[in-house]
Amino acid sequence: MSTATVAAPAAKPSEGLFSKKNRKLITDPLDDNNPITVQVLGICSALAITVKVANAFVMSISVMAVCVLGNMAISALRNVIPSRIRIIAQLVIAAGLVTLVDILLKAYVYDVSKQVGVYVGLIITNCIIMGRFEAFAMGNKVGPSALDGFGNSLGYAWILVVVAFFRELFGNGSLMGYRIIPESWYATAGGAYFNNNMMILPPMALVLVGIIIWIQRARNTKLIEQA
Amino acid sequence: MAFDKNSNTFTFLFAAILVVVVGTVLAVTYLGLKPAYDENVRREKMQNILAAMNVKVDRDAAPEKYKELVKETLLVDAQGKPVEGDAFSLDVLKQYKDWKAGVLKPETLKYPVYKATVEGQQLYVVPVVGTGLWGPVWGYLAVRDDGRTIHGSTFDHKGETPGLGAEIATPIFYDQFPGKTITEENGTYTGIKVYKGGSETTDPHGVDGISGGTITSQGVDEMLMRTLAIYDQYLKAVTKPAPVAMPEPAATDSTAVPTETAHAH
Repeated sequence: MSTATVAAPAAKPSEGLFSKKNRKLITDPLDDNNPITVQVLGICSALAITVKVANAFVMSISVMAVCVLGNMAISALRNVIPSRIRIIAQLVIAAGLVTLVDILLKAYVYDVSKQVGVYVGLIITNCIIMGRFEAFAMGNKVGPSALDGFGNSLGYAWILVVVAFFRELFGNGSLMGYRIIPESWYATAGGAYFNNNMMILPPMALVLVGIIIWIQRARNTKLIEQA
Repeated sequence: MAFDKNSNTFTFLFAAILVVVVGTVLAVTYLGLKPAYDENVRREKMQNILAAMNVKVDRDAAPEKYKELVKETLLVDAQGKPVEGDAFSLDVLKQYKDWKAGVLKPETLKYPVYKATVEGQQLYVVPVVGTGLWGPVWGYLAVRDDGRTIHGSTFDHKGETPGLGAEIATPIFYDQFPGKTITEENGTYTGIKVYKGGSETTDPHGVDGISGGTITSQGVDEMLMRTLAIYDQYLKAVTKPAPVAMPEPAATDSTAVPTETAHAH
């Protein structure tokens, strides 16, 4: 109360949830601090579910739900979570939310859940989730934590969708399940085109993520490490 | 603060409360949504049975169409003899896993048959279950009333490699089945072979496997060979009641079902 420095942040909410500082929570993870390309987290799922764009979307939305809600829950509980069991508490909340998402997918979007079912469970082990819980939600208010979760999952999502775009287009000749490369081009129909089977195997996702990192670092000088 | 959040008592209390709360939320949600999920599974099963008969419907329209076309369901044993029980509710995938794990004896396995009439034609739809590369593969085959010609088929899998083994669930693979036969003219069982190489597609008892999906194709081959042998006995019995039957005494379990189940231990 007595110190102005404490009073100043307390007065901050009046400047709104979408202050410049809070907006940065969303924009930072898209580029400068992208969870996949800069922090190199969540790579496993980026390799696993980017064969089809539709799967990448569902995975992204699931991660977003878990990350935002989890961040909010952790943030709300941050003053009562005993520090010795905080990681376990975070894990329980993450696992609970992931299981919830899985049940909801099975009941309401059954076809999608059949496609991504195995991988939804793996969200629990997605380092982005635990990373945001521990690094941000444990020390920040509920509002900013929600924005942080949203921003990071958005940063995760766009990489996933871009990788899936190239993998589905060149690996399967389709996008969102719709055929883009005409059947008649294929060698089986007398043409000279082949799907690139490398694209549908996980290593190619790693190469694509590498190319994205390459382009990103070439454009964003902030990311270039000083020798 | 009135309490010490890092005390042992509070740590235990917090852990207990957190787990109970999360557990309760999950249990309630699961129980609340289980009927919707079970209904999805039931409709998908009907949809697959219909798809094998080349009747393509939306999942939501499946129960009605199923009721209209499927006239009778029954279970047969490993010798193809009808036995007691409800065919639709039998989980053939679970039964297959139990058999593979050595829990069930091969002679106790039951095999569902769905008898349907489509455009005046009597069809026998039979499920098949096997193992692909990453997990189970399964499907349904519709056999015409001559007891040996495949009318249609559908296949699915749990997690075969997309673009490779997973192609068994696409028309590229299952469209090869209609017209193939599971026996010779004289009734000798042949099954449906899944060839590697693709040059054998003129074989009336074989289809072309999936390039790059060798293990999945082998799994499908094994599943078709093993299961159709059982159903062949039933189909012979119902479609040709009297004539020269197979030498029945020879049809012991060992010819019908591979018996090397002990390895599971």
